Amino acid sequence: MNAPSRGTAVELDPPGPEPTTDGRFGDFGGRYVPESIIPALEELESAFRTSWHDDEFRLQYATLLSEYAGRPTPVTECHRLSDRLGVRVLLKREDLTHTGSHKINNVLGQALLTRRMGKQRVIAETGAGQHGVATATAAALFGLDCTVYMGAVDVERQALNVWRMKLLGAEVVPVTSGSATLKDAVNDAMREWVASVETTHYCLGSVMGPHPFPWLVREFQRVVGDEARKQCRAILNGKDPQYVVACIGGGSNAMGTFAGFVTQCPDSVLIGVEAGGLGLESGHHGAAVNRGVPGIVHGMRSLFLQDEHGQVVEATSISAGLDYPGIGPEHAHLAELGMARYEYATDDEAVAGFQLLAETEGIVPALEPAHAIGWLAREAGRSIPSGSTVLLTLSGRGDKDAAQLMDRLGEL
Amino acid sequence: MTVHLEAHLRAQRATGRKLLVPYVTGGLGKDWIDVVRACAANGADAVEIGIPFSDPMMDGKTIQEASQRALDLGATPESVISQAADIDVGIPLAVMTYYNLVYRMGHDRFAASLEASGISGCILPDLPLDELQRGGFDTAAAEHNVECVLLASPTTTDARLLDICRSARGFVYGVSLMGITGERTSLAGSAKIMGERMKAVTDRPALLGVGISTPEQAHEAAQYADGVIVGSALVRRLLQSGGPDEAGAFVAELRAALDA
Ligand SMILES: Cc1ncc(COP(=O)(O)O)c(C=O)c1O
Repeated sequence: MNAPSRGTAVELDPPGPEPTTDGRFGDFGGRYVPESIIPALEELESAFRTSWHDDEFRLQYATLLSEYAGRPTPVTECHRLSDRLGVRVLLKREDLTHTGSHKINNVLGQALLTRRMGKQRVIAETGAGQHGVATATAAALFGLDCTVYMGAVDVERQALNVWRMKLLGAEVVPVTSGSATLKDAVNDAMREWVASVETTHYCLGSVMGPHPFPWLVREFQRVVGDEARKQCRAILNGKDPQYVVACIGGGSNAMGTFAGFVTQCPDSVLIGVEAGGLGLESGHHGAAVNRGVPGIVHGMRSLFLQDEHGQVVEATSISAGLDYPGIGPEHAHLAELGMARYEYATDDEAVAGFQLLAETEGIVPALEPAHAIGWLAREAGRSIPSGSTVLLTLSGRGDKDAAQLMDRLGEL
Repeated sequence: MTVHLEAHLRAQRATGRKLLVPYVTGGLGKDWIDVVRACAANGADAVEIGIPFSDPMMDGKTIQEASQRALDLGATPESVISQAADIDVGIPLAVMTYYNLVYRMGHDRFAASLEASGISGCILPDLPLDELQRGGFDTAAAEHNVECVLLASPTTTDARLLDICRSARGFVYGVSLMGITGERTSLAGSAKIMGERMKAVTDRPALLGVGISTPEQAHEAAQYADGVIVGSALVRRLLQSGGPDEAGAFVAELRAALDA
């Protein structure tokens, strides 16, 4: 079989495993939401299950992915970076999709579902603005009304994406409650959904929230991992990469990547890279697996940064997309089973990764996957032995972060 | 002395009276205990005590702000529950909070601490029926004589409404509109339907809450149900530097409107 390559049609792999009927991955997940939105979640679950096994829906989705989003995305072998690090690095290039990140894969699927359910409006939360831009894009494409909730702090540091969303016809609502970042944007989007659920679909942007979102978003993102697996085998003469690495905010690009490998490539070690912020010991970070404990927030049982009373602690990260104190429930499950490893990179390491990839490969990554690069740069030759093969998902491109890094790095 | 929630509400209802349940954010100011007492003295049939949570998904700006202020003043689940032990006003008390705080303390410890403070009810808007039963908090609560109120919403199906009314203890909390807590200029049309749907399927006390803001709205809502819950309108007065006197006066106005 030929590996997916640009210009060929997207061929979807069969649907992946479902969570339990009560929406769990092991002990994680569930549906901890106000009564008002329970019927909408049930409707969404059944619409998704039916659609995901429906050939017509799958064809529409695959066609959008290839003809609109520009899939399949390539896997790029990084020769100069590999020389520098002493490990063989392959990048899955989600930065090359339309709108510039993996978020588009999910929103195109959810926009199709929205239309199937007969709803005319979508709302979304966004951190870095990539999911907001992707949602606004799909809304423009489908002729849907769109409102995006974004923490006021993020509105500030991702001004370019705010402007893009407005250009695309979306309303952007700055959220000032709490820490005014992604966590609070999710709260306000949920609150708005409680009021408008009968006409509005909540286009959640990561593998988090109440069932069926963690499952549904993983399925709409698994194309990343399914393509990458086949592409790696073509490059590596039938072998699988020894390490599969992705950054983690809520966990959607990582879960989509892992889904392509977790059962089919038992020898590949899966590694998620969390936001290390100012360092794990500083207490200012977004490392929910490394430092979180089980809890129930945003509709799901998962791991969260919280104090001894159960109040959620604000996350800290240079990257708006990783600035989240929790993680999707399927990751919590994989972590508990030891089926994936969860590491971290600090703000400084992410910035170093950002510069390293630009200088060695001519690719400017988003700050989120720059964490994965920064982590690999630290660990290559240490916990990742020299000569290893590493697939790393480059979840998005760095244009949105340019202004922020110009401030931080100054004259180059 | 603990007063049992459902038994008390049933007895009050039997006298022909409409039920009034104000909501007060626990730990909001040093005198919050006196605010609860003022509610009781001015005609409340039970009081809901909010335990502040960092991420109150079902709450609008007013209760969000009150929660944040209480947290900034150092309120914790332990402090609110233990201070409530001093209230002792002859009407039942219920806590309203979010499930993570219960989960973190542990089902049994949380329920036991409520019991020890004479609190007989618990309302968790992010713990719907299925998760309540699956996780077993209903059992832990029952072992400590804590009654778990359940919420029903305008979108709840008939079959599910029946399950909710059967499984709820204390009362059934009918959400009067599609939305979160916060004052509204008029009573939502959905309040009537919600009230009538509950009354048609259950004998358990059925109250309407969320968005009920004025004595007039309370009076109107009470025509369709056994009574009302009033939160944001009272909490706003407390945020605007009102104390026990203002709270008592507002509750008295609500009482008069319900009795009219
Ligand atoms: C480029 C990019 N990567 C990663 C993320 C983090 O999200 P997730 O963990 O769901 O992939 C974001 C979120 O905004 C993003 O924009």
